[in-house]
Amino acid sequence: MTEALIQVRGLRMQFGDHVVHDQLDLDVMRGETIGVIGPSGCGKSVLLSQIVGLITPTKGEIRVFGEDLSEMPADERRAFEQRWSVMFQDGALFSNLTVRENVMAPMREHTELSRHLCRELADLKIRLSGLSPEAANKRPSELSGGMRKRAALARALALDPELIFLDEPTAGLDPITAGRFDSLIRDLSRALGLTVFLVTHDLDTLKATCDRIAVLGDKRVKYIGPMAEVARIKDPWIEEYFGGPRGRSVVD
Amino acid sequence: MRDTELSEFFLEERDGATVLTLTGDWTIRTVGALDEPLRALELPPLPVILDVQQLQLLDTAGAYLIDRTVRESCAQGAIRYEFQGEHTQARDLLALVTSQSEPCDDDEPHRTTVVDVLARMGHAAVDFWSEAYETFSFIGQATFTTGKLLLQPHKIRWTSVVAVMEEAGLDALPIISFLSFFVGVVIAFIGATMLQQTLGSTVFTVELVGWAMMREFGVVLTGILLAGRTNSSFTAQIGSMKMRQEVDAMKTLGLDPIETLVVPRVIAMLIMTPFLAFGATMAGLFGGLIISWSMLDISPILFISRIQEIVVINNFWVGMAKTPVFGLIVALIACRQGLDVGGDVQSLGKATTASVVHAIFLIIVTDAIFAMIYMELDI
Repeated sequence: MTEALIQVRGLRMQFGDHVVHDQLDLDVMRGETIGVIGPSGCGKSVLLSQIVGLITPTKGEIRVFGEDLSEMPADERRAFEQRWSVMFQDGALFSNLTVRENVMAPMREHTELSRHLCRELADLKIRLSGLSPEAANKRPSELSGGMRKRAALARALALDPELIFLDEPTAGLDPITAGRFDSLIRDLSRALGLTVFLVTHDLDTLKATCDRIAVLGDKRVKYIGPMAEVARIKDPWIEEYFGGPRGRSVVD
Repeated sequence: MRDTELSEFFLEERDGATVLTLTGDWTIRTVGALDEPLRALELPPLPVILDVQQLQLLDTAGAYLIDRTVRESCAQGAIRYEFQGEHTQARDLLALVTSQSEPCDDDEPHRTTVVDVLARMGHAAVDFWSEAYETFSFIGQATFTTGKLLLQPHKIRWTSVVAVMEEAGLDALPIISFLSFFVGVVIAFIGATMLQQTLGSTVFTVELVGWAMMREFGVVLTGILLAGRTNSSFTAQIGSMKMRQEVDAMKTLGLDPIETLVVPRVIAMLIMTPFLAFGATMAGLFGGLIISWSMLDISPILFISRIQEIVVINNFWVGMAKTPVFGLIVALIACRQGLDVGGDVQSLGKATTASVVHAIFLIIVTDAIFAMIYMELDI
């Protein structure tokens, strides 16, 4: 269980003169849920985009499942990318498809399952992600924010990935829905043996789901470890983060 | 990465129970072939034992198939299934899948009947009128606001007026002149051939190019190119602002979207369309001049003097008089469609299409109306 699914070494990311990451190292182990936190604008989402290959780092090496994506031929890379999936912040559902069609889309593209089975599996994923059965035929514009996130999670789970990236999964949800989403992520990651890479601001989500926490700061991963350890570190930002009224109630 | 193992199942009856032995990988990549055989499988009404000892990888797709097979045989009795053998995930995964295995609601069947066709025709007719009504009411509102602001020029957002003038006006000049130049070339070519055949003289090509470019082509070409270029961009800009609730935010901040978004575009287009049409006309005449000079031996001096003497300046003003109207059509239709966009991507696409189509339609219709008015006035 100690195999590193994601290995980031000496990563540097630069937009013009603005350096976002410099000498950033990070390991994510198989089966763990890692939460990435840090002040606004420290490049959490940029790190995610680099790992999944949406943007190319200026320098450094990223290995996912032990392979360097940048050296892979395009068709091999496409097949490889099916082993993980991303849930974007706003869901990024295809707006001209219903929820069920959204979930079926990756299956129909990448597997040879019959339409009937795809549909049954899509229904299963929709239910697993906690959506009500009548939501399957709705279009994304008819859904509330929480439902859209669930639908996005259902689509991310469509191909039963080994690794799933979640960008702010609970942002903008009410505490009850967010709480349910947290337990959903935890249950699914346990039952399916998922590795979860989570970018979040939500302290409750961190506490409920994460095995380890990586704190970004000074353009690199400043601290990494279980929440209880990270919360005790003497660092102005961490003290403020966990020491504020919201943080204290979670850590205690 | 390990190689995938073929998934298989075996069925046998043992001690009054059905034993379903599962081997290999049962994942979304491998179970496709098992779908049909498992669907056709009918288990006897006996307790089911799942032998998972030789099962390798399992994911929700595999678990779903196992669950579906067993569920159907258990429908009669209360007995579910028992496990035999050890597998790290099988129990948890099957429990998870079993709890959520009900299918979701069916989508409504689409069957088109005669009534639907009639209903659609009716809707289209009603929509046409409400669309026309809305457009006119918007035009009224925008004209009123523009007029009001023109009386208080300090309230106009001149920065955005100038920005639009550059983006939709100046930047369009090269493409409009370029196309117009070639239209001038084509008119000169066709005209020369025709005139040579019918009158035996090519010198009237100058009049043909002058009349056509000044009265019609320079202006209409400008209008149609603006409808394609500027309408789509205005509608997409305002439409995506509407989608991201920026327009709503403006309203709550006490900013009138007509004042901030529509009026600057209207004013900018009112100012720039005449210049663009002028550029187009000149480019077209130049195209005619080049052809006359190179193919018909009409010297540039002769060309220009004939334009000055025979094609009277009236024709130029007749053409230019139409340009502010075309500019107004482009800006108003584009803004109206942009503000009509709803929350989803499709409505943005629809609005952009409608914007371009309506603008081209109105420009040509308006041009025809102008032609009739000029005919009655004898100019």
